[in-house]
This record gives sequence, structure tokens and C-alpha cells, in this order.
Amino acid sequence: MDALILTIIATSIPLLLAATGELITEKSGVLNLGVEGMMLSGAVGALGATLWLGNPYFGILGGAISGVFMASIFSVFTINLMTNQVATGLGLTIFAAGFSGLAGAPLVGKTVPSLPKIELFLLSDIPHIGDILFKQDLIAYLSIALIILITFFLNHSKSGIVLRAVGDDHNSAHSIGYPIKKIRWLATCFGGMCAGLGGAYIPLVLTPHWSEGMTAGRGWIALALVVFASWIPWRVIVGALIFGGITIAQLVGQARGWPIPSQILSMMPYLATILALTIISGRFSKNKSSVPASLGKPFIDTP
Amino acid sequence: MIIFTPRNKVSQNWMIAAPILSIFLTIVMGTLIFSLLGYNPAETLYQIFVSPFSRIDRISDIFVKACPLIIIGTGLMFCFRANVWNIGAEGQFIIGALLAGSFGLLFPGMETKFLIFMMIIVGFIGGALWAFIPAILKTKLNVNEILVSLMLVYVAMLLIDFVVRGPLRDPMSFGFPLTKAYPEGALINKIPIPGIGFLGQLHYGVLIIFIIAPISWVIINKTLSGFKITVLGSAPKAAKFAGFKEKSITMSVLLLSGGLAGVAGVIEVSANMGQLQPEVSFGYGFTAIIVAFLGRLNPIGIIFAGIMLATVKLGADNAQMAMGVPKVVTGLFEGILLFFLLTGETLQKYQIAWKNYRR
Repeated sequence: MDALILTIIATSIPLLLAATGELITEKSGVLNLGVEGMMLSGAVGALGATLWLGNPYFGILGGAISGVFMASIFSVFTINLMTNQVATGLGLTIFAAGFSGLAGAPLVGKTVPSLPKIELFLLSDIPHIGDILFKQDLIAYLSIALIILITFFLNHSKSGIVLRAVGDDHNSAHSIGYPIKKIRWLATCFGGMCAGLGGAYIPLVLTPHWSEGMTAGRGWIALALVVFASWIPWRVIVGALIFGGITIAQLVGQARGWPIPSQILSMMPYLATILALTIISGRFSKNKSSVPASLGKPFIDTP
Repeated sequence: MIIFTPRNKVSQNWMIAAPILSIFLTIVMGTLIFSLLGYNPAETLYQIFVSPFSRIDRISDIFVKACPLIIIGTGLMFCFRANVWNIGAEGQFIIGALLAGSFGLLFPGMETKFLIFMMIIVGFIGGALWAFIPAILKTKLNVNEILVSLMLVYVAMLLIDFVVRGPLRDPMSFGFPLTKAYPEGALINKIPIPGIGFLGQLHYGVLIIFIIAPISWVIINKTLSGFKITVLGSAPKAAKFAGFKEKSITMSVLLLSGGLAGVAGVIEVSANMGQLQPEVSFGYGFTAIIVAFLGRLNPIGIIFAGIMLATVKLGADNAQMAMGVPKVVTGLFEGILLFFLLTGETLQKYQIAWKNYRR
């Protein structure tokens, strides 16, 4: 049972990270649909850095940097050149899929060492709970710390409130004198870093080698998770665990030979995403308060 | 500091210059990236852009590859004009092919070509049904159509895999995941050219472009419905004041684009494969998004854009065979091309000026 819970947690961490990053990006009013692409390049960056420098901790760094790199391409076009965010995000995913395939070609067939587990002193000795929660790897701890920090940042810090203001009404925020473009750049790059980390987790912990398109739609599910969580950070944890659970449940089902064809079982995470979006969006039509009001709208800086 | 000032009128010069300039800049960027990765840039560019034109049968293969891209791209044009984001054409293509294929296999031994016409209709219905899911969710419950249509791509891929390996597998296929071969009536034949025979894979299905493109052009430019679609996308508030029914427009463009993607799927399988297999599409649905933009959301432009991207797709295959360049480079090119095209759209709407000022 412990092992099962551990796999569910491990499966949800890439989703959790990518969705948290995207949440901050969207709170600033930028809709970056390139999460899938940023995760892919994070995965290939992590693999490359680990193989090159021989240590999975460099892989974490490599993943984060690749994610930020992709996000900055997105920022140049959408924030500075005011291109359509939806189309640019799609373009980023297509671009990053090509880029990561090209960069990953020499890595095919190589295996990386996985990220070591860190046992937290004393806490890891608690039966069951210790095994599940306090014998995790660095990225897992980081992702939980991130959620706590972001909750505090959005609700209790001045910068967090400025970020939300920029996302809700960029014209008013601009007239008070906040640098809209700079704030959006930072938020987008933060989202890229998180997506890169989430992507890095896949080769560093889940499957230790490169294959093209190895994120398998996780970036898109992460985008749906942000909606599912209605832009509230702690709900992302719940959502990510549910999706991790569904993914693992269908794998367990396939392994135990449930009388349902494996392809139908593999559809579950995608169908669940549609279902979750439907339920949440249905509720939203009554209450739209938490959707950033300027989401997806370009800010035009006319003097 | 760069200042953008809105133009009073969309710049016509940019309208034409933007795609050409974008292609040029993409080639420059591609050269840079290939050099950085250690491939010979001149040879890679030759393989990608020139080698597909090097023999007459290769040129005809460009049209074969461009055919699904143009059909899907034309459908997506309606959506993108209305600011409706169907990015699940890949899934609609698969379901169109799957439903039409299952239908065709019901009539083994049928030789009259009436069957293929029926299958094209069934394929249209299949693709439209798959697009109906995001459409109904969007119009009734305001669910984001981008995510739903994309999720359904994965579902469609798994569904065809299941059907081809399970219920429809040919027991005589020696364990290969293939259905029975289509009956004669379900196949699209190659075009015989007097004196030469067949030109590569060139088939009658390509001719459907000459039906779809003019009809779409008329719908967009000469009918009220086309006007409503364009207004909804470019000036949603005006559309609301004019009393255009946003929901019914959204529903129609999604069904139409899904249906056309389905038709593309039927043609692709009936002309090139002759039976269903687990993989029937090779990213056509996604590439068609770029085709629609490169064609400036214009049916005639989309034909040229489809030919252009089909060239790159075939060229990338050649580059892989000749030099070992992974063929995913097409994605790289498509992404960069889209970035530049979108920038071109900004330059159409705004004048740029450089100005030094401090605030």
C-alpha cells in the first residue's frame, strides 16, 4: 500500500509543479499554452545535464534553465511583440517538441542515475507516514515548499497583490505605475522554470531515459489542473493527486488484468480531465471571481 | 524603447510581405540551429527545401502530402477566424478515418465507387461528431475548447489502436494490427497520366481541394455567414451588438472544421493505405494549424501554405535518410515559422518606432 501511494505521489509531482508555475503565469494575465513544450525541453535539459556533468542535481538545474529559456522565447513574442497568446503557446509546444527531439537524439538509449531520496532526520522514522512523506527526493520537497510559499506570496505579500492586480486589470495597474511587461516577463519565466522542473522529474525519477514526446500530454493536463484548482494553489495539490491516482489506477488495472482493454484504461486520465473541466466550468459560469480578468489579453503600451 | 502605435488601416503591404519574410527568417534561424548542432547547414537546407522538387514524381508526392494539410487547414480557417480554437483536428482526422473505414468494411467485395462517396460523408460525420464534444461543452457550459479538443486527440489515438488491434483486426493478418483490406469500391485510385503511367502517389483525392477551396472562399468572402464568422473573431463586441448568435457560430465552425478533418482522414487512408492501421495520421492535424496561419486564414493562401509545409515534411524525411537529421526538425521549423507569422500580424496592426524616453 505504501508503495502504491508513493507511486501516486511521484506521478503527480510533474503535474503539480507545472500547474503551479502556470498558475502564477496566469495570475499575471498571461496564458501560456506551451507548458507541454516547456516540460519536454525540461526533460531533455535534465537528461543532457545529468549525462554531461554526471550528477542528477545538475539535471534539476538543467531542467529549470531549459524551461526558463522556452518561457523567455514565449515572453519576447507575446509580451514585447504582442502576438496572440493562444497561437504563440501552440507554436511553443510545436517548437519545443522539435527542439527536444533534435537535442535528445544523441541521448537515445542512455540511462541516467535517478535522483537520490533524502531522509529527513527523525521524521522519516515515523511508521508509514515517514516512508511516504519524509523519504522523498529534493524536487518533491521543493514542490511542497513552493505551494506554501506561493499561497503566502499571493495572499499576504505586496508583490503578490501587485501580480494579481496586473493580471486582473493591466490598464489600471499601469496607470498607477507598475511595470506590466517586466512583471509578466518574470511571472512567465517562473512558470517556465516550474514546468522545466516538472519535466525534469520525469527522466530523473519516473523513467530514466529519453524518448520523444515522453511527457505524453502532462503539460496539457497541468493546464487543465489550473482551471480545476480555480487558480487557488493548494487545490492544485488535490487535483494533481487525483490525476496521479487515476493514472496509477489504470496502470494497476492493466497489470492485474481487469477485463477492460488496456487502451480504454489508458484513456482515463484524458477523459477525467474533460470531466473535471466540465464540472468546474459549469460552476464557474455562476462565479468567475478567481479567473484573472486580463487573462490572455495583450497589454499595449501606447504613450 | 520600442513604441507601437495602432494603424488606422491594416497594412496591405505587410499582409503580403509577412509570410514571405517569415519564411526567409525561419530559414535563417534554421541555418543557425543546424550549425550549432553540428549538421552541415547547406546540405540540410538543400535536403529540406530543394530535394523534394528534384524529381517529377517527388513533386507529385508533395501534392499528396499537402492534400490532408490543405483540407484540414481550410476547416481550421473557419474556427480561427471566429476566434474558436480547435486544436484537436488530429483526433477528428482519426475518428473520420476510423468511422468511414468501419463503414467501408461492412461491404466486402463492393466494387462500385459509390462506396467511397458514402465513406467521405461518413468520415465528415465522424470528424464532426468528435468536434461536437468540445463544441457542446463550450456553448452550453463554457468549457475551454482548446483543452477538450486536445484531450480528445489522445482518446482518438487510443480508440483507433483498440479497434484495429481488437474488434476489427483481420484474423488473417499474422498478428499484425491491421484490418482487412478495403474493398475495391472504398479505394481512391491513382491518376493515370497518358504516356507516363502513374506519377508517384498522385491520386484522385487531391482533386477535392479544387472543390473545397473555392466553396470556402465564397463562404468567407461572399456570404453573410462568412461575414459573421469574421466579425465574431475580429470584433466580438460588434458581433454582439449586431445580434449575431455567438453560440451557433461557434458550434458551426467547430462542426465544419471537425468534418473536414474527418474527410481528410478518409482520403488519406483510402488513397495511401487501403486498410486501417493503429497510426493513420502523422501529425497532419497539428501541422494544419500552421498551414492555416501561414495561409493568412485565406483559402487560396492555405493551398500555397499546405504545399510549402508538405515540402518541408518530405524534405525532413529526405534529410533523415541522407544525413541522419531527426525528422522532428519539422516541428522546429513550424514553431519558428508560426512565431514570425504572428509577429507579422502585430506589424500589420501597429506602426513601430524607436524612441528614447524615461518615465
